[in-house]
Amino acid sequence: MSTVLTIGSGKGGVGKTTAVANLAVALAASGDKVVCIDGDIGLRNLDVIMGLENRIVYDLVDVVEGRCRLRQAMIRDKHLPELYLIPAAQTRDKNAVSPSDMVRLCDELRGEYDWILIDSPAGIERGFKNAIAPADRVVVVTNPEVSAVRDADRVIGILEAEEKGTPSLILNRLNPIMVKRHDMLSADDVVDLLAVKIIGVVPEDEDVIVAANRGSPVALDQKSRAGQAFRNIAQRLKGIDTPFLALDDQGNLWQRLFAGRK
Amino acid sequence: MSASQLTLKIKGLRDSLLVTLPEGRWDDLRGLLLNQIQERESFFKGARLALDVGVQALHVSDVSELRDALSEQGVALWAVLSESPATEKTAQLLGLATRLARPTPEVPRAPAAVVEADKALWVDKTLRSGMRVEYPGHIVVLGDVNPGAEIVAGGSVIVWGRLRGVVHAGAEGNGEASVCALDLSPQQLRIAGEIALAPKQRKTPVPEIVRLKDGQLVAEPWRPDKH
Repeated sequence: MSTVLTIGSGKGGVGKTTAVANLAVALAASGDKVVCIDGDIGLRNLDVIMGLENRIVYDLVDVVEGRCRLRQAMIRDKHLPELYLIPAAQTRDKNAVSPSDMVRLCDELRGEYDWILIDSPAGIERGFKNAIAPADRVVVVTNPEVSAVRDADRVIGILEAEEKGTPSLILNRLNPIMVKRHDMLSADDVVDLLAVKIIGVVPEDEDVIVAANRGSPVALDQKSRAGQAFRNIAQRLKGIDTPFLALDDQGNLWQRLFAGRK
Repeated sequence: MSASQLTLKIKGLRDSLLVTLPEGRWDDLRGLLLNQIQERESFFKGARLALDVGVQALHVSDVSELRDALSEQGVALWAVLSESPATEKTAQLLGLATRLARPTPEVPRAPAAVVEADKALWVDKTLRSGMRVEYPGHIVVLGDVNPGAEIVAGGSVIVWGRLRGVVHAGAEGNGEASVCALDLSPQQLRIAGEIALAPKQRKTPVPEIVRLKDGQLVAEPWRPDKH
């Protein structure tokens, strides 16, 4: 059974592409067969974060417009043999692909792969519509910031209206110290507003930036806290119950969050 | 009736096209519309389309699928007009308008408004950012109204949940309208012509009711003996 999982957010810069790269790496490292599709035509990034940019020959638009076979556009990862990337075209725009193209493409991949991860572009227009059209599940990424949460709320509303079901949530770049000082929304605050199931809290971590620049996602780094958080999310996606990370040294996340409410 | 006998009525509005569908099977009508658009590509390209579907009851999937198909032809669907409440609800869920901003002059609007003013629209879900519900009568929401959502009612608004978006009661000038919510902390609240910005936040929310008193918006905690 393969699952088409789309990662979206509404707002840009919250970590959609980082989440896709890391979940793909974590899922592939756990033994699953994974393909990622970069849906951000014209502003592609996923290839850079995965360190595969100089291997691109064909892209998503070439496949859709029949210039190559699907197989030819799939780039094998450097580290993991069961992980592939279908990059976006950089010289075109979102209108080069339609929602039905995406559905057809994913149907071709279904059966052969366990996970088809789609990196949605920011915004709620055509590119987003393309990315969610084939999705079985959607994960919304947000940051503990009012503007990011507002956009996540809008995206969740659209997904519900389009009968895609209620998505689950990844809260990215949480800074436990700032939450403790009441200078940042807590995971509870965010969940309280959005009323969706949270499947992961990723702490803010400099390693993420270093890893992205190096083209080797942080989930490969066994010492990184953010990497651990992404590996845990991958486990939860597979239906394996995994405890949430303790984000500081005093008690676990939930105890701390409850203490923070008083 | 076969699909070939059906015809569309197309009318130019100020900044969009109004297409009125005849009665018939939805699949036929949908095909007919898309065909027409394909045949007259240069006429339709880039147009904003308002669709009058008559009594047709449409599901979210019908409308969203049509909207996507239209957008592939370069046509933006912005409104779905219908006599069917189910279809109106569908359109509202998708963020589409359900009435044209300026009613066409040959449609007398006042009598309809009188009939509708005492009715209420029942919304049994949380309104998320970007959703807008507009109704000439009262609006009752069973759920939250999140920041960025908008409610515009000709009459009163009741929110059985947290009201944190924008709400306008008595939108057509009815100063008797009121707004109540279990947790009243809207971004902006209007009754008739009066506007109040986000009132003070209470630590523990209590149900409140807002009314217009001597030209001022006054919020009071809900007390059974007083009302």
